Amino acid sequence: MVNLIAKSPCHGILPITIGSVTLSEEDVGVIHSVSPYKGQKKALSVAMKSAYGMAYPAANRSAGKAGARIVWFGHAQAMLMGPEPNRELSELAAVVDQTDAWAVVRLEGPAVEDVLARLVPVDLRSTSFKRGHTARTLLFHMSASVTRVGEKAFQIMVFRSMAHTLVHDLKRAMEGVASRS
Amino acid sequence: MRIDGKGLIDRNSPIEFEFDGVSYSGYQGDTLASALLANEQRLMGRSFKYHRPRGVLTAGSEEPNALVTVGQGGTQEPNVRATMQEIYSGLSARSQNRWPSLNFDLLSVNNLAAPFLGAGFYYKTFMWPKSFWEKLYEPIIRRAAGLGALSGQNNSDKYESAYAFCDILVIGAGPTGLMAALIAGRAGADVILADENTLMGGRLLAETDAVDGKAGHIWVDEVLDELRAMDNVRLMTRTTVSGAYDQGTFSALERVLHHTNDRPDGAPLETYWRISAKRSILAAGALERPIAFRDNDRPGIMTAGAVRAYLNHWGVSPGRNITIFGNTNDIHRTARDLLSAGVHVAAVIDSRHDAPLSDDYQVLRGAQVCGSAGRTGLESITVRRASGEDRIHTDCLAMTGGWNPSVHLTCHMNGRPVWDRELAAFVPSPDAVPGMIAAGACNGAFSTAACLRQGIESAKATLTALSLKTPNVSAPDAENAPYEITQLWSVPGRGRAWLDFQNDVTVKDVKQAATENFRSVEHMKRYTTQGMATDQGKNSNVAALAILADATGRGIPETGTTTFRPPYSPIAIAAFGAGAEGSGFKPQRFTTSHHASVARNAPMIEAGLWYRPSYFPKQGETTWRQSCDREVNMVRQAVGVCDVSTLGKIDIQGPDAGAFLDFVYTNVFSTLKVGRVRYGLMLREDGYVMDDGTTARLGENHYVMTTTTAGAGDVMKHLEFVHQGLRPDLDVSFTSVTEQWAQFAVAGPKSRDLLDELIEETIDDESWPFMACGSVQVLGIPGRLFRISFSGEHAYEVAVPASYGASLFDVLSERAEALGGGLYGMEALNVLRIEKGFITHAEIHGRTTAYDVGMGRMVSQKKDCIGKTMSERPGLEEAGRERLVGLKPIGESKQLLAGAHLYNEEAEPVRTSDQGYVTSVCYSPTLETMLGLAFLADGPERYGEIVKMVDHLRGVTTLCEITNPVFFDPDGGRVRG
Repeated sequence: MVNLIAKSPCHGILPITIGSVTLSEEDVGVIHSVSPYKGQKKALSVAMKSAYGMAYPAANRSAGKAGARIVWFGHAQAMLMGPEPNRELSELAAVVDQTDAWAVVRLEGPAVEDVLARLVPVDLRSTSFKRGHTARTLLFHMSASVTRVGEKAFQIMVFRSMAHTLVHDLKRAMEGVASRS
Repeated sequence: MRIDGKGLIDRNSPIEFEFDGVSYSGYQGDTLASALLANEQRLMGRSFKYHRPRGVLTAGSEEPNALVTVGQGGTQEPNVRATMQEIYSGLSARSQNRWPSLNFDLLSVNNLAAPFLGAGFYYKTFMWPKSFWEKLYEPIIRRAAGLGALSGQNNSDKYESAYAFCDILVIGAGPTGLMAALIAGRAGADVILADENTLMGGRLLAETDAVDGKAGHIWVDEVLDELRAMDNVRLMTRTTVSGAYDQGTFSALERVLHHTNDRPDGAPLETYWRISAKRSILAAGALERPIAFRDNDRPGIMTAGAVRAYLNHWGVSPGRNITIFGNTNDIHRTARDLLSAGVHVAAVIDSRHDAPLSDDYQVLRGAQVCGSAGRTGLESITVRRASGEDRIHTDCLAMTGGWNPSVHLTCHMNGRPVWDRELAAFVPSPDAVPGMIAAGACNGAFSTAACLRQGIESAKATLTALSLKTPNVSAPDAENAPYEITQLWSVPGRGRAWLDFQNDVTVKDVKQAATENFRSVEHMKRYTTQGMATDQGKNSNVAALAILADATGRGIPETGTTTFRPPYSPIAIAAFGAGAEGSGFKPQRFTTSHHASVARNAPMIEAGLWYRPSYFPKQGETTWRQSCDREVNMVRQAVGVCDVSTLGKIDIQGPDAGAFLDFVYTNVFSTLKVGRVRYGLMLREDGYVMDDGTTARLGENHYVMTTTTAGAGDVMKHLEFVHQGLRPDLDVSFTSVTEQWAQFAVAGPKSRDLLDELIEETIDDESWPFMACGSVQVLGIPGRLFRISFSGEHAYEVAVPASYGASLFDVLSERAEALGGGLYGMEALNVLRIEKGFITHAEIHGRTTAYDVGMGRMVSQKKDCIGKTMSERPGLEEAGRERLVGLKPIGESKQLLAGAHLYNEEAEPVRTSDQGYVTSVCYSPTLETMLGLAFLADGPERYGEIVKMVDHLRGVTTLCEITNPVFFDPDGGRVRG
């Protein structure tokens, strides 16, 4: 019997380094969207806290670290990245496997904010967008999730099908920034 | 003429460049204008309408005359201001609007025809015959009158757009802006200081007055050093803030690489910035205005401020024998600078009767310049005094009619400037742009001392507004000379006195407009074209409206200004659209099978943002029809595989999921058994069909809805709206899983044979009857299987997590080929569904109801749903409505065309006898005929009748039989296996 081979969304096109900034694909493990049922947000938060040490995030916030992260993802939705959701979670929230739905990349380097300033219309200065802050916003023409995961590092998520455009747009911005240094 | 020891240019870095094919030399730091003047090349362009010889008028971005074209082919850029273009090694600039050459321009015959070409000439002359305008007049006029031209090729330069955020945006880095930025920076605010020039400093670089006891440019350098050392201050040079928009948003254009030939790959030529600032300080300075007198447009006549700028900033004297004319104390400053640089000043003509006198040069008080002479440059001027007129030889006239504060940005949100009688100028009205303070010369402060003071005050007020501490700073000592203007707009006399150099508008034109009752300043502008084109009247607006005010017997404040709109100075469309050219226009969505499809030479077609294969050509096939027919036959006879991942998939969970689906679908889903799929129809609020698709019940509280590819986003939005806005009482949650699953249709009599090899579970009619669904193991990977069919064949859709999509696609295509089948694309998919009479958005195009598409009975009578009541409106189910039918050609013509209209056989095919229209057509290799789906009046009641299809555009008429839209296998035996 043949085996199916898994391919990541950015297979063959990442990593790239241009100037001081590196764009690489992140293997964050499994990803599940968690949408609390009516009136269950508090209970869900408690359950998550005890299971993963991370509460259900407030709007525009994320928690955790590489390997186990929870990222606010919009109205009544957060992304649990890393840990397998337990049964209790599914009783309190709609839990949907999104592991293969998103291209997850990491953009890192001294000029990372300059690169994102070419594509993302929100204020990502470290004074107003600190580590753990997250935004659902645009990355050029794409709907994206942008999270600061380090002093000079961001996690960016777009639809898997747009991975090619994501890399194209980021590369263009990275080249523009690198050409100035 | 270059002046030794003057200027901020780098004399150790000489640069060679070309203008009109002639080599010149300048220095690093020169603009094209300063370098040409240093080479005594005064003639730089020809005027727009009359092709009059012109030279520089100014030394800044407001330049109306010295426009050149830079670059060749795709990178050719017209209307570049010579005053802004820095020279670099290899620069090649060309003059514009002349033929055959700048010195000898044949079209200057227009100048002789001037008496006929005044204001409103075109409007009056080219009225008739009407048809001549587009074909004859306009092309001729456009050829004769104009500025630079584009190459017509794609622009190969890279442009960039970017966002920036700050506490305080300081616009302009003259004394005011520098002072404000320094204080804001010291207070710890996040500051952006933007200036359109190469060097910051503004007029301090163009004047010789000391600041804080040192030369102006030294003080500037010290301030800049301090600012550069601050992490919280960002200095943006060559950056023109071009517009003020809502909520502290500003646009700005940064000219990144216009100043060099060294353009690394990926480097942008320009960056278009969107800057969000909590507060802003406008320190945009002021623009000097010319005085209108007869023939005041000869090369060599320029503003006095420009003469000082060329002398002090670039070490160039624009003439050897200079005259000065004006109505403020600035003319004496000009004389002083020129004399101290050793340049001969022939005369100083001060229109003020009480002008100060000088021991160093002759001042003609109460005198006016009333004319000039010279062929392609100034040779002499005529001065009028009470005692008579005198001719004075001169090669450069420095003139000043006073200064206009650059109020533009304060007017971008509908603010109107206020007339200041003492300054004889418009100044900004306070708070015209929320959060913006205008300070310095743009606010009517015309001495350096006043500018520095306003810089401090504006910064302090801004810091206070931001609740930041204000450092204690006192203004440095600086020049504080009185301005003392006496209004002088134009010198009376015969001949043409130019107001708007760029559009060749004279004092007479403005008066003519007033005479012909174009008395509103906005009407005068349109009638005369004053204030149009690249300089937008920066040099002429105020003088023109002053003359209009005079001609109409009104005051200047009553006459008012025209409307200042963004951008402040021209911006290339390429900069606005940076990154969005070509395929950057929108994101591209690729399926997991994309690369495999492209590798098989499948032409890809766009479906929304998605790319899908049209067909998979085999060797020997030369037309799409051959491939398509083969693929259709393959599905009908063996098995075909098609990527259907682009269809929208929405995971719906929650205790009220069933109730919610009953509310959004016309039919019932709460009764659907777990493990079964049902076809659903969704209406809009207005009762028309919105979308269709199948929904599977995977668990008690768990459904997966599919939508059309095009409708996925809209349906998701619709569900969210219905939940949040209409039914928040229901406990249900939606998640798009379109991207999570790679899904493939496996269709045809051998589909089960194919899947049997891949799927662990047993698949037979008992465990997987038509419309069954459930979880399966696909080659060891947890997947989903749906027994559904869009082809009418025994078919399945198999889904695996998208990581495995590419791999499964390869396996499926290989196995299908082994069974005598293979891949099929959108064309075959379309034929298969037309043969079965299945609808797509070609049929549910937004103007059809469930009744129209033959699904009226799907609107359940047992429950309410979105759109139900509205679908029962009078008229939506009445006789005569166009309803879905099938069409088969029966006459001589066998051709059916989508978009064609239907008429009764004997009727004249005109609008009033229209019976309906064709929505989808195909050639059916199965039935060996063309088939069509159409909407026809009372269609389903007319099966067997003949109707005439007429395509008026393509000239095709075909007689058709009206049939049931289900052409093939009407009892559905094949789909059940």
